[in-house]
Amino acid sequence: MTTVLLVDDVHASYGRFDVLRGLSLRVAAGELVAVLGPNGAGKSTLLKTVAGFLTPRQGSIQLDGEEIGGLRPPALLRKGVAYVMQRSSLFPRMTIQENLELGAYVRKTTAEVRQDIERVLALFPRLAERRQQRAEGLSGGERRMLEIGRGLLLRPRLLLLDEPTMGLAPLVMDLIFDKILEVRAAGTTVVMVEQNARRALEVSDRAYVLEQGQTRVEGRGEDLLASEAVRRAYLGSGVAGR
Amino acid sequence: MTLEIVLQSVVSGLMFGGVIALVAVGVSLIWGIMDVINFAYGEYLMWAMYLTFFLYAGAGLDPLVSLPVNALVLFGAGVLTYRLVIQRVMRGPVFAQLLSTFGLFVLLRYTAWLVFRPDDRQAQSLVSNGVLKLGELRVSTGELVAFVGSVLATSALFCFLTWTKTGKALRAVAQDREAALALGIEPDRLYAIAWGISAAAAGVAGSLVSPFMYVNPLVGDVFLLPGFAAVALGGFGNVYGAFAGGLVIGVVNVTGGTLTMPKVKLALVYLVFLAVLFMRPRGLWGR
Ligand SMILES: Nc1ncnc2c1ncn2[C@@H]1O[C@H](COP(=O)(O)OP(=O)(O)O)[C@@H](O)[C@H]1O
Ligand SMILES: [Mg+2]
Repeated sequence: MTTVLLVDDVHASYGRFDVLRGLSLRVAAGELVAVLGPNGAGKSTLLKTVAGFLTPRQGSIQLDGEEIGGLRPPALLRKGVAYVMQRSSLFPRMTIQENLELGAYVRKTTAEVRQDIERVLALFPRLAERRQQRAEGLSGGERRMLEIGRGLLLRPRLLLLDEPTMGLAPLVMDLIFDKILEVRAAGTTVVMVEQNARRALEVSDRAYVLEQGQTRVEGRGEDLLASEAVRRAYLGSGVAGR
Repeated sequence: MTLEIVLQSVVSGLMFGGVIALVAVGVSLIWGIMDVINFAYGEYLMWAMYLTFFLYAGAGLDPLVSLPVNALVLFGAGVLTYRLVIQRVMRGPVFAQLLSTFGLFVLLRYTAWLVFRPDDRQAQSLVSNGVLKLGELRVSTGELVAFVGSVLATSALFCFLTWTKTGKALRAVAQDREAALALGIEPDRLYAIAWGISAAAAGVAGSLVSPFMYVNPLVGDVFLLPGFAAVALGGFGNVYGAFAGGLVIGVVNVTGGTLTMPKVKLALVYLVFLAVLFMRPRGLWGR
């Protein structure tokens, strides 16, 4: 299978100390890959670096075989890398429609973009009902849907999601995972950072467990779920009982 | 003091308030988008008035005819201000930003003083000397044109912010700079555009008041304090509030001056400014 994203021996930092310390991973076309690990492992930093918010100090990042390390976000967006950050990133005093339109900012506004907006609203019917309302009025789950939908308006080659289900009720969480699976089924490659390790492993094709800025474990979701050692070391007590 | 005099002053106040509203919207736009307060705003307006005067004196252009030239030149000046000064100090402490626009204020004012001397000059316009009568009320044509022009200019700006792609991107950058960048919106490009638009508004205001106001190096004071008061009244950074605030301040300025003494009208404006800050720190229309 063709590799969409290759991260090879990447070092990156905010200041003097490396947060990513020789991290490597590979994502194939059409895969849904989960990135797990304890708080502070560098999961968000990995996505920020791939999305162009941080420049790798060393190592290589390739998209479809082309070096993209150090490119700025607008350039990366034009190459098809969409990024939904961990914190809420909606424009609260703009409408849902406007938020979606801005998701296509780097594209020429055409009939095609308008069609894509309708397609995203069809994927998230709850948003369609409220399209002329301000984003600040949405619930936590709806906000996440809008952020993911906004990312899709780029028609991304690669969608990076940082903790898409953070702080959501279990039912809403399931809904979001279902939508992510739909997005993947439509052909978009997805890398998703998650805290809910068990659910993430269940839905993803493969997963990487990070620790201290490096890849510790890598494997198929179901294999990692089945592995006693991985469960005990990385997935916490919430998983062990099941 | 008769009712007619008060009414007359309210009408005049509204006319002046339209211009203050345009000034306040220009100031508020920058504040709302990037939390920078532009002390040099009145000086942009003053330079725009000189440009108007020399286009009149040199080329015989009516101030209303040279208005587009003024808007364009000032747009360029705004973009340059951002690229040469503001962009650099944005990474520094807030104090550096305050000092930089204050420094610009001093530079623009005293350069004008040096070049033009403190003489009064005035351009003439077709609308300079007309008076419209509405029963007992009188409105000078120049002031009416300035009022209408200001309302049109702010409406155009509001439409731009509401409907266009760039306008939406400007609002997005104002609400969440990093999230905007994650969608490919280059904050620096949009900040530069915002400075251009803000300065262009000062250019338009300069053209509109030129038919009935003298220009001298200190004329910016007539607009800056009332403009700031209107920004505070409207809720800092709220351009719609700033517009409403401008109308109120215009009336306070003129009617207040009529009811008391003309000399104290700026003090009255400042009093309103302080009172609002005390009672509603986010402004009457603040969020
Ligand atoms: N903006 C920042 N500036 C400095 N250090 C940061 C910043 N963001 C994260 N860090 C540090 O980098 C490390 C990894 O953080 P992060 O990538 O957010 O972890 P995770 O997403 O896996 O919880 C942590 O030690 C954190 O304190
Ligand atoms: Mg994180």
